Amino acid sequence: MPETPTTPRARRMVDLSSPVVWAAAALLALLLFNAVVNPGFFAVRIQDGHLFGSPVDVLKNAAPTLLIAVGMTLVIATRGIDLSVGAVLAISGAVSFTIIDGSSDPSSPATAAIAIGTALAVGLVLGVWNGFLVSVVGIQPIIATLVLMTAGRGLAMLVTDGQIITAESPAFTWLGRGYVLGLPAQVVLTLLVLLVVAALTRRTALGTLIEAVGTNPEAARLAGVRSRSITWTVYVFVAFTAAVAGLMTNANVSAADANRAGLFIELDAILAVVIGGTSLAGGRYSLTGTVLGALILQALTTTTLTMGVPDEYVRLFKAVVIIAVFLLQAPRIRAALGRRRRGARGVTSPDVPPTDAAADDVRPLTPAQAANSPTTAMPDAAPSPTDQGVLR
Amino acid sequence: MPAPPPATTGGGAPLLLETHAMSTPAPSPVVEMSGITIEFPGVRALDGVGLRLFPGEVHALMGENGAGKSTLIKALTGVYRYDAGTVTVDGVPQRFGTPAEAQGAGISTVYQEVNLCPNLTVTENIVLGREPRRRGSIDRRASRERARRVLGELHLDLDPGSVLGRHPIAVQQLVAIARAVDTDAKVLVLDEPTSSLDAGEVAELFRVVRALRDRGVAVLFVSHFLDQVYEISDRMTVLRNGRLVAEHRTAELSRLQLVQEMIGRELSTLEHLDREPSADTPTDAVPRLRARRLGRTGAIAPTDLDVHAGRVTGLAGLLGSGRTELTRLLFGADRATSGSLEVDGRPVRLRTPRAAIAEGIAFCSEDRKGEGVVGDLTVRDNVLLALQARRGWLRRIPRKQGDELVAKYMQALDVRPADPDALIRNLSGGNQQKVLLARWLLTEPRLLLLDEPTRGIDIGAKAQIQALVSQLAAEGMSVVFVSAELEEVLRISDRITVLRDHRAVADVPGSTATLDSVVDLIASGGDRA
Repeated sequence: MPETPTTPRARRMVDLSSPVVWAAAALLALLLFNAVVNPGFFAVRIQDGHLFGSPVDVLKNAAPTLLIAVGMTLVIATRGIDLSVGAVLAISGAVSFTIIDGSSDPSSPATAAIAIGTALAVGLVLGVWNGFLVSVVGIQPIIATLVLMTAGRGLAMLVTDGQIITAESPAFTWLGRGYVLGLPAQVVLTLLVLLVVAALTRRTALGTLIEAVGTNPEAARLAGVRSRSITWTVYVFVAFTAAVAGLMTNANVSAADANRAGLFIELDAILAVVIGGTSLAGGRYSLTGTVLGALILQALTTTTLTMGVPDEYVRLFKAVVIIAVFLLQAPRIRAALGRRRRGARGVTSPDVPPTDAAADDVRPLTPAQAANSPTTAMPDAAPSPTDQGVLR
Repeated sequence: MPAPPPATTGGGAPLLLETHAMSTPAPSPVVEMSGITIEFPGVRALDGVGLRLFPGEVHALMGENGAGKSTLIKALTGVYRYDAGTVTVDGVPQRFGTPAEAQGAGISTVYQEVNLCPNLTVTENIVLGREPRRRGSIDRRASRERARRVLGELHLDLDPGSVLGRHPIAVQQLVAIARAVDTDAKVLVLDEPTSSLDAGEVAELFRVVRALRDRGVAVLFVSHFLDQVYEISDRMTVLRNGRLVAEHRTAELSRLQLVQEMIGRELSTLEHLDREPSADTPTDAVPRLRARRLGRTGAIAPTDLDVHAGRVTGLAGLLGSGRTELTRLLFGADRATSGSLEVDGRPVRLRTPRAAIAEGIAFCSEDRKGEGVVGDLTVRDNVLLALQARRGWLRRIPRKQGDELVAKYMQALDVRPADPDALIRNLSGGNQQKVLLARWLLTEPRLLLLDEPTRGIDIGAKAQIQALVSQLAAEGMSVVFVSAELEEVLRISDRITVLRDHRAVADVPGSTATLDSVVDLIASGGDRA
């Protein structure tokens, strides 16, 4: 190997080779488009001390996906994936509503607390199961979590007896529809989890160790890293985020639908992570990117709906925009657009996210971004009315 | 030592070194490569190498790691293009652009890792891509007949309808050979076919190879096992550092000569080390590390080893002799299946690398890329990794303290570029190695296990690393030093354990060991020592 040619020094300027920059650009373009097409898009009004308007809706509707995507980011950073989050979400909702529905005093805060606590505990147990399969038994993550993805909705149906359970519990419903300081409770909760994760991974050494395990598991093991417990932990954590998301989405509609709640949310969460520039091959991850990714997805949905695009076309439209984002992030195209710095061997364009973890040279993030990534999250978020969140 | 190989059969006995007159005229080689040169960026992998394969002969290609064996094979089989030189097959100049073209010309290759389809049947694997057809579809009956015939020719008792993946690797390898036979290969290349086989399986493989040889096939055989090479081959070509050393009849080349040719005898041009290997016996009664009957089934036979404080213990042996396997056991990278380990006289069980690290043991793997560097992380993170792992994720090394440690060790080891924020995968091999050394030195180990720390790095970095090892030992650290280069082991070690064919065969003091004596031990397996 020749003496190193380039030094990827931390660059304070905008780094055009970073997918995060392009994700931000895509979000900005989307918002600009909205501002032109629909001048009322950014109108935010205050009513009863609560914020209303398209930007708030985007934030609120993106919250469950974003919450799960934060957990998913860590899982993907360890070279894993979790397909079961949608099922965990459904189970969490089913458990909590069944408890409330079956309680003698459904509207009391104590009942809500028991329901929430039980649902979260069940979520943690499911995460322990997934993590066990992956880190101890050694099953490939996609297969291991497929087990629960398939069985999970069945479990949720067993809990609810196959019924859609509706219940009114003010304390519980607050999770979905409440407000804190004028912001939707869902947004505040998600922000809170995001900040905690950012602090936990970057203020401690956890983030670096996760990246080490994801980049080169054997080297990490030989260096004495507890790869197994780290891997296990991230699966428990993503299941926890899914359980919280389950409480939020089900509380929002005051109903637990085991069949439909969180349907395909695992795919949206994975998509958000990938749009954010975290490689499915594991290693470097970016929470900022994930936030941008989740907001792009939701802003897209909101945009199309406010434009009056028929629902059938919404998904097509989304696909087109997502492909455009990936193209922008593709190393080849970035290389053509921006200044080059890394020796780009094995250039892979992530149009179709690589399903296997082999390619260790597709590394979107630079140390600079990763270092100052998480806390800068949730910036000039965006806009729009109508309720079209996770329960699509 | 096994008996010399049987006389060449089939088509007379060609001789390169025409010292004896032969009664039969030498046949022309089926493959003749000459002047093959291949350049990779910055490296000349092959430099004017020639190779002749004769029909009805088993030809062994010999050389240490990096000698150019596999590069030469890939040049022959159309995987690599060569920059200069010629290849003729049956006297016709050829230039294979793809492996398929080489196969079309009658050159079949069986690789170390079986590259067949484990989910298909034996029959399907044998005829894959050349299936007999009948009215547009595959004629399964004819396929089965053909497979049965080929298996029969090789005397393989195997159900052609069975799924390949159900058979052990050895059998799969034989099926790969059967496939080659089905293509009427004139040349069969066997790249390390025996590395994962046991003795019985090797015997079966050799039986098949001999059957093929007797049918006039030219076999090119690559193996690190000297005994096997002497058992099966009729002729040898020795490579070293990408150059041709010599071609010999196997019967005329002693093992000692072969090992000398493979290892080379270039006198070291490196500077003198500060510290001479010590001749006196260690004063500490209890060695820092004591292994008794330590072994792992299939990797290394039970071995005794003592490593004393402030001493360098060298492990010498050819590739595949078990030197890496032994080192990995000492670190808990693999679990021992027999024997015991003591650290400072205390019995310990090293079930994981973490356990070893807790005992003050550090390990630099020979596989720098696969098991050492974490390519996506910066030099800084790589240096701090082991120390951070030991502290646990909660107790992050404070930024400032980390920066100071990294700067100190990067300077001490002269890592270039001196930029802690550079991604480690952009560094040269030598500098990556220094970063890994820094990673371990940071943990202040008492025993440092270095497996091929100087492989593939430039001469300057190599000298720096040797000097460092020497200095560390002088400061009281114990070092286990593994290298394929004997000169290096000899220069650095206070004591040398010689390994061969997965067992330790001798233990000699470094002060009295000479290149000749160690080479002799490697070649003879200690029988004559």
